[in-house]
Amino acid sequence: MPDPLPPVEKPAPVAAGFSLLTGAKRWLVVGIALALLASYFSGTFNRYYLGIGIDVGIAIILAVSLNLINGHTGQFSLGHAGFMAVGGYFAAWLSLQMGVNAKVMFPLSLLAGGLFAAVVGLVVGVPSLRLRGDYLAIVTLGFGEIIRVIAQNTEAVGAASGLKGIPKFTNLGWTFGLAAVTIYAITALVNSTYGRGFLAVHDDEIAAESSGIGTTRYKVTAFVTGAFFAGIAGGLYAHHKQFLAPTGFDWLKSVEIVVMVILGGMGRTVGVIAAAILLTVMPELLRDFAEYRMIVYALLIIFLMLVRPGGLFSINFKRRSAA
Amino acid sequence: MDFQQTIQQLINGLGLGSIYALIALGYTMVYGVLRFINFAHSDVLMLGAFSALYIAPKVEKVLGPQSVTGAILVIVFSAAVCACLGMLIEFLAYRPLRNRPKLTVLITAIGVSLFIEFTCQNDAIFGSATRAFPKLLPEQQFHLGKIVLGSNDIIVPVVTALLLVGMWFIVQKTRIGTAMRAVSFNQQAASLMGVPVNRIISFTFGLGSALAAVAGILYSMKAPGIEPLMGVQPGLRAFIAAVVGGIGNLPGAVLGGLLIGVLETFAGGIPGLSNYRDAIAFGILILILLFKPAGLLGRATIEKV
Repeated sequence: MPDPLPPVEKPAPVAAGFSLLTGAKRWLVVGIALALLASYFSGTFNRYYLGIGIDVGIAIILAVSLNLINGHTGQFSLGHAGFMAVGGYFAAWLSLQMGVNAKVMFPLSLLAGGLFAAVVGLVVGVPSLRLRGDYLAIVTLGFGEIIRVIAQNTEAVGAASGLKGIPKFTNLGWTFGLAAVTIYAITALVNSTYGRGFLAVHDDEIAAESSGIGTTRYKVTAFVTGAFFAGIAGGLYAHHKQFLAPTGFDWLKSVEIVVMVILGGMGRTVGVIAAAILLTVMPELLRDFAEYRMIVYALLIIFLMLVRPGGLFSINFKRRSAA
Repeated sequence: MDFQQTIQQLINGLGLGSIYALIALGYTMVYGVLRFINFAHSDVLMLGAFSALYIAPKVEKVLGPQSVTGAILVIVFSAAVCACLGMLIEFLAYRPLRNRPKLTVLITAIGVSLFIEFTCQNDAIFGSATRAFPKLLPEQQFHLGKIVLGSNDIIVPVVTALLLVGMWFIVQKTRIGTAMRAVSFNQQAASLMGVPVNRIISFTFGLGSALAAVAGILYSMKAPGIEPLMGVQPGLRAFIAAVVGGIGNLPGAVLGGLLIGVLETFAGGIPGLSNYRDAIAFGILILILLFKPAGLLGRATIEKV
């Protein structure tokens, strides 16, 4: 019986030893090298630009990971900021508990934050992903709300006044290194034989189900993976801003990430990265118009959905018929 | 908690739940014909409260303060304004997307919702400050032993009950209601049978938005004040109520609304739980999705290819 999911066509590796340098992996290496270089010289940068640079890196991680859920798999999560909060609070709390060793353990704190967010993602995802589309939007929206309520009532993480005094460990190297890892991991996952399943779920759930793809399983996998990277981004964010407030992760933060994915074109990684950079840098340039920012975002969403559902950067405009 | 406190909480809960139920009716009706969550519904509720804020002083000039006729007029005018707004939103944002994937419409709805919220927060429109809502009716309190029964506690459930009966009558007994059910059942077939689908959808949006306006006014009568984001919280809970009761099902929406209102009020009275009050509705939602995804009164649908 033929394999229902033909593997992606990709150039055969030249030799096993050089496989590190083929395809997406090359970009991973280049990205990490650049990140190391940037972090080495970052002492000479202007602090303001440095801060924006780190913001951009965190936004890329968030947008690319949400793209796996909202873009490639075609689900609609509105709770990405919630997972960011889970990872951020957990990593920051770990750092504060460890005291002196915290700097050495920073990568582990980030990882723990990501894993914790992934576990929470599993708990939220399993009930809501058994159902179709729009339930997920509401459940994830509500989940963000629950996270905020919990953070506001937990004394260990500062309750309503927020978590203060988080050590500043995030630098350009960590941020862009992890952004490169995120981009690579998610691209590789989607392009793998297994990853075809995400696209199948996106294209037609009923057809995918009848070809023997466990759609719920795929949706949950996408959701948990996305949550994991959002948690890592949260950890970076916590050790960058050095302060976490429960209100900082409300659903507008999630909407901001969603706008990045929609603007970049759902499922188009390069577009999403470009949109993440654009939407992080633009508000800094347009500080005088800050009060109109969300109005512009809202109009952008409506306009893009009406005219260019494939994203701002899409070249050919394909009209999809109703499922 | 003794017996009288329980009764008191039950009364408060039913008042809150009736408002959720009214909002949930709008969600469920729109979901019935178009199969998508109208995120902007909660903002129509806010617009209803604000139109009442502007209409009330004008009505007061003619009829004197706090008259029953005046209150009814304010509600009817606001409902009319919101019905028009609802139809306008449908015409501008949702109609061009009629044959697109549902996700596209859902995202547009979120865009519309954000647009209304942030435009209204601008100082040129309403501003983001909380404003006092005018007293439409004289308030009276009845004391039955230790139980305090405000006049609003009676008005709200009665209005909800009347509107529910009205909705049931429109949907089940009138020609346009038959058309609504036909569109909900199968849009294409309905259109082939000569049902003007676009007009029916427009009408449904108008009806739902009018209900949202009434709910917005009733909500504001008890709330400390109104502001452009006031609709978000009751809107979310009402949507959950619609899902809990079985989305697309009118009695289900009311049942879900009352259930969530009562549970939330009771949780607010228990010391350890009161801080988590905001999270209760979502907890219920997740439980329902796990064990009875079609909702309490909904029927499981079979997916046909």
